[in-house]
This record gives sequence, structure tokens and C-alpha cells, in this order.
Amino acid sequence: MKLSNRTKVLEQEELTLAERIYLPAIAGGMLTTLKHFFQKPVTIRYPEQKRYLGPVFRGHHILKRDQNGAERCTACGLCAVACPAEAISMVAEERKKGEETLYREEKYAKVYEINMLRCIFCGLCEEACPKEAIFLRHDKMVPVFNDRNEVIFGKDKLVEKMDDRYLRDGWK
Amino acid sequence: MELTSTVFTAKAIYVGVIFAITLGVAAYSTYFERIFAAFFQDRVGPDRAGPFGILQPLADAVKMFMKEDFIPANSSKWLFILGPCLSMFTALMTSAVIPFGDTIDLGNGVKFDLQGIDVNIGILWVFGIVSLGVYGILVGGWASNNKYSLLGAIRAASQNISYELAMGLSIISILMMTGSLSTKAIVEAQQNGHWNILYQPVGFILFIICAFAECNRTPFDLPECETELIGGYHTEYSSMKLGFYLFAEYINMFVSGAVMATLYFGGYDYPFYETVVNSFGENVANFIGFGALIGKALFFVFVFMWVRWTLPRFRYDQLMNLGWTGLIPIAMFNVVWTGLIILLPAEFNLSSLASIGIAIAGIPVLIVGLFIYHSIAGGKKKKTALAR
Repeated sequence: MKLSNRTKVLEQEELTLAERIYLPAIAGGMLTTLKHFFQKPVTIRYPEQKRYLGPVFRGHHILKRDQNGAERCTACGLCAVACPAEAISMVAEERKKGEETLYREEKYAKVYEINMLRCIFCGLCEEACPKEAIFLRHDKMVPVFNDRNEVIFGKDKLVEKMDDRYLRDGWK
Repeated sequence: MELTSTVFTAKAIYVGVIFAITLGVAAYSTYFERIFAAFFQDRVGPDRAGPFGILQPLADAVKMFMKEDFIPANSSKWLFILGPCLSMFTALMTSAVIPFGDTIDLGNGVKFDLQGIDVNIGILWVFGIVSLGVYGILVGGWASNNKYSLLGAIRAASQNISYELAMGLSIISILMMTGSLSTKAIVEAQQNGHWNILYQPVGFILFIICAFAECNRTPFDLPECETELIGGYHTEYSSMKLGFYLFAEYINMFVSGAVMATLYFGGYDYPFYETVVNSFGENVANFIGFGALIGKALFFVFVFMWVRWTLPRFRYDQLMNLGWTGLIPIAMFNVVWTGLIILLPAEFNLSSLASIGIAIAGIPVLIVGLFIYHSIAGGKKKKTALAR
């Protein structure tokens, strides 16, 4: 039964003499490989040479500050709720008088921790955040850690530095 | 007494140098095999150990020595050790009769041949030793007490025997032209550009195909066919015993390259030899000849690698079919045609150019003959029945 008309009947022809001698085909093959011999390698030498991973790559987390340098996070906990791997935990604290330049909202995260062994870099925290505080950087990966003590990243590693701000192309 | 001791010292130095060159070339063949493999596949290859990775052979050797030297419980221990030793031994023996260069004048009228020993059965010696080489594989495969090793060893043995026939027949044509078995005489007959490749194009193609088979290189590396036989004859081998087997393969590659250069590419002959002799003296010219032979041998090592990374492996029946029904009849034709190449110019006082013409005319004759044979006997074969 024919299911489609795309069936091709293969005629098994006799081999020609040139094919039976093998040598012309071998010479052709060797020319092809010789051509590749002189081509530039396509290798990217990884640790020294890194390729651009695209504007939507999800890498190292960052807790953004606003243009005045105040932390945007208000410790609402939506990112922790959204996190499928339960990697995020935080402790909230009320903003004192005189701390307006440090924290934008009246409540802030005293402790904000991400367990990098749990994180699956799905980006749901970024989507859940109502204050546009947490992002996954497209230009930086989480560095390799060799010890269990280094696994949980606190605010010291996550909060944006004002002299090295993270800006995406779309925000400019 | 003085004379002999000078010659003896020179000979000892020469043997040491050839030994070192062979081992060095073999060691660096492993590195260049990987580098060339990478180049053929648009990669970079090993480049971490030292600049451009040139210390890679050292690193490999250290790795090989550090591995556990394992001898299977039910193997025959002494044979198991003997196998790689035999392989290495025979691989190193072959280069003794290859004339690496012409005579060097040591002063005081002492002449010194850049050749281990000039025996009058030179090429037979090469053959004898190469055939012994398969015992290394056979003994190792047998002693391993492993089915796959044994199968690999049997494959190696039968393959070497089959291809030695065609190889011997293609060499017979060379012997007919030279009239001597001595490698030195064969090279001397080719001086001034009368390289045997011009008179024996078919013979050379046969010889190089057989050399691939004798060295167990792709496309004939069935003895170590991973998909069928795990590691083949060296499945049970580890550490430097395995290293010796692999090393012997690379030495064999280099030596067979040197043999091919000797038999077909004029040995240490190179163009403008006379000019170099006139301007720099004979010793310099002959040392350049030494370099020329090494260069030719290295070129063949490159061809070995080039073929390895181009062609897939033969199936075993294809291998036997090619050897017995393909190469041997063609080699026999070549012997007959060589008779013509020798006879016709001698009979009609033709120049050497005419004999080259006759030699080249042999190729279309061979193809026409194959065509007639093909249309009579092989014409019914379908494509599926053949290598694809």
C-alpha cells in the first residue's frame, strides 16, 4: 500500500569499472581531506577564549540598585515562591530613618541568599519580581566553586556594584 | 688495525644515530598523528604540553609508564611478555639494511657507507624481518587467553600472509629491473633521476597498498578493529607493553616509508646532486642525500596518516577479496609487463624515455584488461555486493 507518492525506487545498478578500481574515489576522498587540512580550525579554545552567549543567556544573578544607588529589592518573597528549586531565601527588615539612600522601599532584604547548587537558572525569579530587582546576567557565569562553604551566595556577591553596573541593551 | 677501529667507531655512531632517529620519529609520529588528525577534521589537536604541544610524546610516555602493568591470571606469562618485545625488536631490525646515504669520506682514505650492513639479500632481509613481526602480534594475542585477542592475532597473521604475496610479486618487478637483491644496488640503479616510480607506477601502487596492510594501518587495521574485537590483539595489554605495540606500529610506518623511498623513489638520490658535489664537496652532498631519504620517508609517514583519516576500514571478506583476487593478478600482470619494459628497449635500442612510455602504456592496457574481465566475469555483480 502506498501511503504517499514520495517513495523512491532505488535501482541497484552495476558498478562501473572506475568504481570497481576504487582508486579514483580514494583520490577524490583524499583531496577532500587535504582541503580540510589547510582550512582554519573551528575550535574555540574555551578557558582562554569565550564566545558571546547571546542577549538572553541566563547567568549570574544580580540584585539591581536604582539610579541613585538604592537597592530595589523589597523582600516581598515572590522570587522565593516562584523558584522551582527553592534556592532563594531571605530575611526582611524595616527601613530605619536615614537609610533612604540605601534602600528604595520601606522594607528591604537584610539577608538575601541563593544556593547555587540548587539554582537551575530558569529565570522565574526574574519574571516574578515586581520591583525589577533581580536579574540573571547575560554576560557573566557563576564562577566555579570548590568548597561547600562557597555554594550559598549572599548579598555581598549578588548586589550590584555602582562602579560596575549591569545594563542590558534594551534598557539604554 | 687503525682503519678498522675508525670504521667500527663510525659504524657504532651511525647505528646509534639511526636508532635515535627511528625512535624519535616514532615518538613524534604519535604527536603528529594526533595533530594531523585534528587538522583533517578542522580541529586544533594537542597543544597544551609545551609550545604547540611538542612535549606531548613525553607526557604520553609518562602516562604509559605510570599505568598499572597488568598480566591476566590465566595467560602464559612469558609469551605475554615476549609478544611486545618481538614486535619492537623486529620493527627496529628492519632499518639495518636500508641505505640511508651514500659513502662518506672520513679522511685518510677511509670510506664509510651510510648503511647498517650491505648484505646481498637486502630486500629479502626486510621481508624476513617484517614477516617475523607478525609473530609479535600472534604470540601476544595467543598468550592473552582472550577470544578477541586471538581473533585479532589470527586476522593479523592471515592478512600479513595474504598481502606479502602481492608485495613480493611487486618487488619481483624491481628485482627484474635491477638484477640484484641488494638495497644498495637498487638505489644505485636509480641515480640521476631514474627513479623506479617512473618505470613501475603500477608496482608502486601495489606496494603502497600492501605496505598499509603489512603495517596494520587503516584501511586495513582489522586486527585492532574496535567495533568487533574491542582492542584486537592488544585487548589485554596495558602500560608500556601496550606502548611497545603502538610504538612498533609507528616504527614500522617510518621504516616502510624508508623502504618505499629506497625501492621506488631513488633512495638518497635528489635533483641537482652534481651541482652540490661541485660546490660543496661530496660529503656535504651525501649528507643532504641522507636528509633527502629521511624526508621521503617522512612524506610517506604523512601519506599513511592522510589515508588513515580519509578512508574507512575494510570488511574482512573485502580485505581478503582485494588481496587475493585483486592485487595478486595485477601484480602478476605487472611482472609480465616489466619483462616488456626491459626487453623492448634492449631489443630495439630505445632510450630510457621509451621505457617510461612503455611503463605508462601499461596502465591503460591494465584497465582495458580489467574492463574485459569485468564485463565477462564480474558483470553480473550488483552494487550491494561490493564495498560501499
